Amino acid sequence: MKAGSEVSVRKAFDLCFVGLVYLFSSLIFLPLIAIFVYMVMKGLPALSFDLLTHLPRPVGSEYSGISNAIVGSLILIAIASLIAVPLGILIGIHLYEYKQARMTDILRLCMDVLQGVPSIIVGIVVYVWVVLPLNSFSALSGGIALALMMLPVIARSTEETMNLILPTYKEAALALGVPYYTAVFKVVLRSAGSGVLTGIVLSVARIAGETAPLLFTAFGNQFMSYNVFKPILALPLLIFNYATSPYEEWQAIAWGAALLLILFIFMLSIGVKLLSYEKK
Amino acid sequence: MPHLKQEKLFAFLIKGSAYLGILILCLFFVTLFYQSWLSLTSMGFSFFTRGVWDPLNQHFGSLPFLYGTLLTSLLSIFLSLPVALAVALFLGYFVKTGFIRFLFSTMIELLAGIPSVIYGFWALFVLVPLVRQLAFFLDAPPFGVSLLSASLVLAIMIIPYAASFSREVISLVPAELKEAAISLGATRFEVVRYVIFPYAKSGILSGILLSFSRALGETMAVTMVIGNANRIVFSLFEPGNTIASLIANEFAEATSDMYISALMQLGFLLLFVTVGVNFLGLLLIKKWKVKS
Repeated sequence: MKAGSEVSVRKAFDLCFVGLVYLFSSLIFLPLIAIFVYMVMKGLPALSFDLLTHLPRPVGSEYSGISNAIVGSLILIAIASLIAVPLGILIGIHLYEYKQARMTDILRLCMDVLQGVPSIIVGIVVYVWVVLPLNSFSALSGGIALALMMLPVIARSTEETMNLILPTYKEAALALGVPYYTAVFKVVLRSAGSGVLTGIVLSVARIAGETAPLLFTAFGNQFMSYNVFKPILALPLLIFNYATSPYEEWQAIAWGAALLLILFIFMLSIGVKLLSYEKK
Repeated sequence: MPHLKQEKLFAFLIKGSAYLGILILCLFFVTLFYQSWLSLTSMGFSFFTRGVWDPLNQHFGSLPFLYGTLLTSLLSIFLSLPVALAVALFLGYFVKTGFIRFLFSTMIELLAGIPSVIYGFWALFVLVPLVRQLAFFLDAPPFGVSLLSASLVLAIMIIPYAASFSREVISLVPAELKEAAISLGATRFEVVRYVIFPYAKSGILSGILLSFSRALGETMAVTMVIGNANRIVFSLFEPGNTIASLIANEFAEATSDMYISALMQLGFLLLFVTVGVNFLGLLLIKKWKVKS
């Protein structure tokens, strides 16, 4: 009799525990839905063709827009990718090729640590490296700061996908007498192509919303700018400036920009996910 | 040997980029250390023990920011842990397949993808008024922007990291161990309590360390809701400040050399601590993976 009641106590306890786990894990929906609903509610009315095609105007004037922020963000992402993609892939190849070397362990650790460096630190370091010598805030410095944040993501994803390729592929290529770099670039890297691309897209999604590294590098600009040596505006910077302003009109624009930014980021990350599902 | 030149170039490129990758991280430390030299040599250790931050009169005491950073990060870990662990158990043990799992893991990925500035924006308009009402209700100072608001938004932000990390660790617990426990008649709670947690303990701890270092360095969302008050406060409902948020706020306005140097020194400290905590977490997970 006693054993039976003990079992039922344990069963009841188990049920409570499982219920609690389910309850707590469903709490994760709360912030996401709250953020998304609120943002769509506030941002959708602000999104319009005018918003996307006009420059920012003073409070009170019509047709205020965020076109320079969109262009600026794209330029910054382009600069960052130009630097981080080749360098990241090369570092990834090093991690894959020289597995035994002691230096590879150090390099891998450096990449992991670099990924954890706070973004504001990246900002002030690049300020010292690029902004001070050039004596001006610039799109170039912003792009470099973002590149430093992309680099570890690309390097690690390149290494990890290359690790999945069977070594026999490379050996077969080498046996045919092709040079070593051809075996690596044309056989291993190409077979790993979609994985590497996934890493690149995810790293773009990661930096597209970064604000802190741009505060003291890209700095922001009221006007349209295509000059990489001049300050430039980016969507996250605009959101930060307008969100903390006291004007409701600007806050509305910031919601529109935030919605646009998040749609861009979600599109990238969901697109990549669908792509990798299709591959499987 | 027609390709010898290209081969050499290839080796050079790969080696060179590897050295560059290591150099970049080392230069982070060197740069910040060099920049904080002025403040280091003139103020010494008292920089960390004084509580007054008054740049106009050249008083630089960083204690309020050390306190604010540590408090908000610890509180956010504490707040996020139940949800993060629950999600990790849910995805790593309870529900291994199906649509619900897909839904949850997609949610986590989306949550992780929301930029920090948007978290801050949302928190400023939704979370801060809620906290203000709570403060009214509790007869606390009704600022709204406060240490509590910052901790709450930090907690939401680190849940996806802590959860996806712990999930990975939990799903690595060998099936034989779990099956053995079940065959002995263990309930699901007992499997979690006596098999999964003891096995995955240090793996989960390393996930907590990695999330903690993320919380320490988080900037934009915190700076938007913490109130940026450069003093030590003992109520969670009062505004405070963190290191990262202070740098974001004051770096552009820092005029004197000493002011910039003091901010750089705080940056150096933040880099040092986050990298240290991160390193510890990475070491722990590496050891754990070797063991299992």
